[in-house]
Amino acid sequence: MIETHELTRRYGALTAVDSLSIRAEPGQVLGLLGPNGAGKSTVMRMIAGFLVPSSGTAWVCGHDVGKEPLKAKRALGYLPEGAPSYGEMTVREFLIFILRIRGLHADIGYRRFDEVVSQLQLEGVLEQCIDTLSKGLRRRVGLAQAILHDPPVLMLDEPTDGLDPNQKHAVRQLIDAMARERTILISTHLLEEVHALCNRVVIIAKGKLLADATPAELEERSRYHGAVSFSAPGSGVSQEMLGRLPQVAAIEVDPLDGRITVFPKPGQRILEPVETLLRQQGLEVSEIQLERGRLDEVFRQITVGPANGGLTEGRG
Amino acid sequence: MSAISALMRRELRSYFVTPVAYVFLVMFLVLAGILTFYSGDFYERGQADLQPFFEMHPWLYLILVPSVSMRMWAEEAKGGTLELLLTLPISLTQAMLGKFFAAWLFIGLALLLTFPIWVTVNYLGAPDNGVILAGYLGSWLMAGAYLAIGACLSTLTRSQVVAFILTVVVCFLLILVGQPQVLDFLQGMMPRKLINAVAHLSLLRHFEAIARGVLDVRDLSYFLLSIAAWLTAGVLVLDLKRTP
Repeated sequence: MIETHELTRRYGALTAVDSLSIRAEPGQVLGLLGPNGAGKSTVMRMIAGFLVPSSGTAWVCGHDVGKEPLKAKRALGYLPEGAPSYGEMTVREFLIFILRIRGLHADIGYRRFDEVVSQLQLEGVLEQCIDTLSKGLRRRVGLAQAILHDPPVLMLDEPTDGLDPNQKHAVRQLIDAMARERTILISTHLLEEVHALCNRVVIIAKGKLLADATPAELEERSRYHGAVSFSAPGSGVSQEMLGRLPQVAAIEVDPLDGRITVFPKPGQRILEPVETLLRQQGLEVSEIQLERGRLDEVFRQITVGPANGGLTEGRG
Repeated sequence: MSAISALMRRELRSYFVTPVAYVFLVMFLVLAGILTFYSGDFYERGQADLQPFFEMHPWLYLILVPSVSMRMWAEEAKGGTLELLLTLPISLTQAMLGKFFAAWLFIGLALLLTFPIWVTVNYLGAPDNGVILAGYLGSWLMAGAYLAIGACLSTLTRSQVVAFILTVVVCFLLILVGQPQVLDFLQGMMPRKLINAVAHLSLLRHFEAIARGVLDVRDLSYFLLSIAAWLTAGVLVLDLKRTP
């Protein structure tokens, strides 16, 4: 379990993390989401015991990180941002070092070593220097390091950053497989990852908690939630007619591909009436879709407000 | 304990995977030889002992030890591995000790490799080997003090070059404070007691007796306390860097 209570970290006048209280339970993959510079890494560094908070407390498996740092660190597997590792070591040397420093060098350790190496498909590069590995492999070595001691709590700072789509898929599968009995906190700015992995999402910006919900709940906040979109090439669909439906609030046409999106009034279901209308008019529709909501839109709405969708200022 | 030894092994190994260790060992041995025979008048003195050899060590260490200690923390801070290391179940003190002992053992190895000079002096005459052993021990302790200074200063920066220069400067000052010229210069500015205290801070002064073969508890404890104090300061700096 990971819990923070009013965790705050200030750098001079700047408040990087502002009274953040979050909680992740076993079996849960909690996604920490936010724009660059939102304070995601700072939060993780405080939970991992690398940074000391200005105020507030963090617990890992019930151990206060400030008061029982070693116990908390033993329960935690942590992949820091950028997956740092000792470049001059070979993969085998590095992982054995991690085993030893965690006090796992007996046969349990070596069994675990073999398991993790095959899980992350590192067999082929065990004798290579980490410096010579590709970014994706280095990230996998970092992940191996984090899960080597089979920790009950796992914290991964942007675990799929820099991986190609296949590697991303493999890492997500791995996280998914580990999620069942563990507590996992991942930070990301990739919204697809939230869909693929998380069963709860915490959105922060400028160090403040802005939302704490399931991905589905977030999608419901989207303007697109419950909207119906379809493509009807070559047929002059009458927007006027759609607009006359009592459940419809607005209609938009994509200027590029001519895709039409129909937005419902609050609480209304419009898939059926729209379909019926189209059928009645005898219009050819190539494909029709009920939208679940768009996370990217909700994310923008929450982190920068609905009015401006541009770049926000912030630290890199 | 296992965390300290795991880190120590990693550090020791990392010295030898890069050419740095070999360059250091060769430089140390060559310079130790040259300084002993040319500046130290090893032959002309006509005495079978290693005093000229040991007398050069404070100056030799002045350049060589900082080149070992500079990477200790600066490299970790720069490469981002500091975050990895400090989130492993190891305390700051353990981490500092692991790194320090690795470097100290490494310097110890360099010292051991000077054994040909001991063989030479035993071949040429009949030296007092107890005195020589004391000299080696003292020299190793002094190297430890230099290293501890370097370890502490290496925590202050991400740049190895800056760590190197800082360490050379501080060690140089600690050698100089005991020199008569410096003490004479300070004479007018400070009360006598303070000058005495300053003089006792000098690395050189404490080593000279040991180099002559006199193992005084005060000199030994000076070096051990120096090591403990500088390492503690280094741990404090590391801790301060994590706190807001």
